[in-house]
Amino acid sequence: MELMFALTVGLLYAAGFFLVMRHSLMKLVLGLIFLSHGANLLIFSAGGLESRGLPIIAEGSKIPQYPMPDPLPQALILTAIVISFGILAFALVLVYRSFRLTGSDDSDQLDSTEK
Amino acid sequence: MNSVILRVAAQILKPVFLIFSVFLLLRGHNAPGGGFVGGLVAASAFVLQMIAFDSAEARRHLRFEPHAFLGLGLLCALSSGIWAFFQAKPFLTGLWIKLQIPVFGLLKLGTPALFDLGVYFVVLGGVMFIFLPLKDE
Amino acid sequence: MKYLIVLPIIIPLVAASFCLLAWPWRQVQRWIGVLGSAALLAASIALFCQVNTSGIQVMSMGNWPIPFGIVFAADLFGSIMLVLGAIMGFAVSIYSLAAMDQKREAFGYYPLFQILMMGVSGAFLTGDIFNLYVWFEVLLMASFVLLSLGGERGQIEGAIKYVALNLVSSAIFLAAVGILYGTVGTLNFADLAVVLQHYPNQGLITTLAMLFIVAFGIKAASFPFFFWLPASYHTPPVPVSAIFAGLLTKVGVYALIRVFTLLFRGDTGYTHEIILVMSGLTMLTGIFGAVTQNDMRRILSFHIVSQIGYMLMGLGLFTKLALAGSIFYIIHHIVVKTNLFLVSGVVEKIFGTTELKKLGGLYHSRPWLSVFFLISALSLAGIPPLSGFFAKLVLIQSGLEIERYGIVAIALIVGLLTLFSMTKIWNEVFWKNPPEPVLPAPSFSPVGWMLPVTALAVITVCVGVLAGPIFELTIRTSEQLMNQEIYISAVLGARP
Repeated sequence: MELMFALTVGLLYAAGFFLVMRHSLMKLVLGLIFLSHGANLLIFSAGGLESRGLPIIAEGSKIPQYPMPDPLPQALILTAIVISFGILAFALVLVYRSFRLTGSDDSDQLDSTEK
Repeated sequence: MNSVILRVAAQILKPVFLIFSVFLLLRGHNAPGGGFVGGLVAASAFVLQMIAFDSAEARRHLRFEPHAFLGLGLLCALSSGIWAFFQAKPFLTGLWIKLQIPVFGLLKLGTPALFDLGVYFVVLGGVMFIFLPLKDE
Repeated sequence: MKYLIVLPIIIPLVAASFCLLAWPWRQVQRWIGVLGSAALLAASIALFCQVNTSGIQVMSMGNWPIPFGIVFAADLFGSIMLVLGAIMGFAVSIYSLAAMDQKREAFGYYPLFQILMMGVSGAFLTGDIFNLYVWFEVLLMASFVLLSLGGERGQIEGAIKYVALNLVSSAIFLAAVGILYGTVGTLNFADLAVVLQHYPNQGLITTLAMLFIVAFGIKAASFPFFFWLPASYHTPPVPVSAIFAGLLTKVGVYALIRVFTLLFRGDTGYTHEIILVMSGLTMLTGIFGAVTQNDMRRILSFHIVSQIGYMLMGLGLFTKLALAGSIFYIIHHIVVKTNLFLVSGVVEKIFGTTELKKLGGLYHSRPWLSVFFLISALSLAGIPPLSGFFAKLVLIQSGLEIERYGIVAIALIVGLLTLFSMTKIWNEVFWKNPPEPVLPAPSFSPVGWMLPVTALAVITVCVGVLAGPIFELTIRTSEQLMNQEIYISAVLGARP
């Protein structure tokens, strides 16, 4: 299980960095999405991987009945997902705006202030 | 988009979405749900209006401008933290009052619910804030 | 008053909310903005005084037991940064009254500005590493929108570069926090500091430290991660550039200093050596970039990069004196840099451009503006008796003390090149005759523009004149940072 998660996280990061380095701005946004998913999955696996049940202690009991994953990373991911939702929505709008202004999706065209 | 089916569906679905969003908001107290999902569901009601008709129609249904929702929500969430000051507790401490209501029984009102309500409005306002100008272009 | 520590968060949030509710009324928003910034300044100064007299202030949000809940902790370093941030916020919000155009005001400049200030204050106050990430995102989100507000082509292009690099940095930061939590199982700074001291596998901790260097290095615009800064800071309107130049990269520097004095000091021979090398290269690349530019705002943007090097130099040397030098440098730099950008805004207002070729003769038409520019520019270059001289003096002295002559030589050379590039601006903008034909200067009321410029120039002189007491303060701050037990016992001792 750990190996699968590690490979998936690695794959997401690799794909993310690859896409970020492409010319196309749309691929840039996709790459950023992959990167944030990779980070989220990494935090998720940092909490421990247990498939036996939810990290909720049964009512009336003070200790867990079975080994359970740490619930805190899941709360952290929730926060991170909310934040990346907002920021990636903004990034999409930004890329769309840029497309409307320059008529191009190529990041090499973003040089009007450099000339 | 010009589709009669979508328009009719949007009109019928709007109250369903809104009631479901309030349900999610209240349920979030002790079970999965909460202000964030509730706000997203409520916003999707208006986004559907926007897709089926236009942004003016969605604005009309929303009644207030999105930023008003944002401001209101932020104040609402903030006020849930301020209550603790009057009891000399740290910022954002959860406080509860118990009300005995004749028919319903015991009602526990707490500041976390107020915070969730704030989140609900902020998400609703925020989503509409991003999407309405996109449609206008 | 024990609630003082949350006021720097509450005040901008309230101001932003009221600005949002007052959306259609621009005048109301403007004054809410100024009032909010003034209140933030007052609260920050009060908090600083409290920390200065009665030690580190701690509050656990939601009354959760420490270290499980989110903790706010204000030590001397954090509260000094907070006061500086609030002064800049106040100065820029006064400046914005005159300098911001109606279109951007109508699209929410004031609420965004307040949210930016909230993010900055939160980052300086929090005592929890995941919460630090959240405040970073709050201020980044506000800065993204501020940068692209107005939607001109140059701005959108700058914003895409800025957003992309910062999101990559956030993803790395988040991954580092995740691995850190998975390794040691806590997020509270003080608790982390205790656990990391005794963690058996120090190699893993050093690897994590490298991830944090990359994440914060991108935010602080240090070598080799600085390229987004000169590509974006010259594009937005001047008040936005000024607050970015003064504050945003400094939040990254703050995070680096916080993390590398409190958490990662198990292998300083490795981690801090890397920071030292980075600082030297940051100084050099920044200044070489600045020397080749021919636009006032671009020169100033590259200078930010080179100055970041000085701030990291103290952290890299990692002695009490060196860290005090870094803190002194931050105090000096934030004031001076913001002011230089504000002056460039007045220049742009007069000439309609900041390209050096098209400027000239300002010394005759606006002598006071020239004097204020000269004070800030000479201070930046480190001419006595201005603030920059003392900051550099402390850093160089600390370098000589532990016989790191290489970095001292770089610091001195970069100081000379800074002077050279400041004289270039002075010659081109203020001294040489204006290019033909002379355009009639647009008439505008200079009061709103000059008030913050004057105030910041006066503060620069004061920092130079009061160098003694300020140096004493920075030494105490650096003692607090170097002795991590003080922070740990203050936070963990605050358990109810």
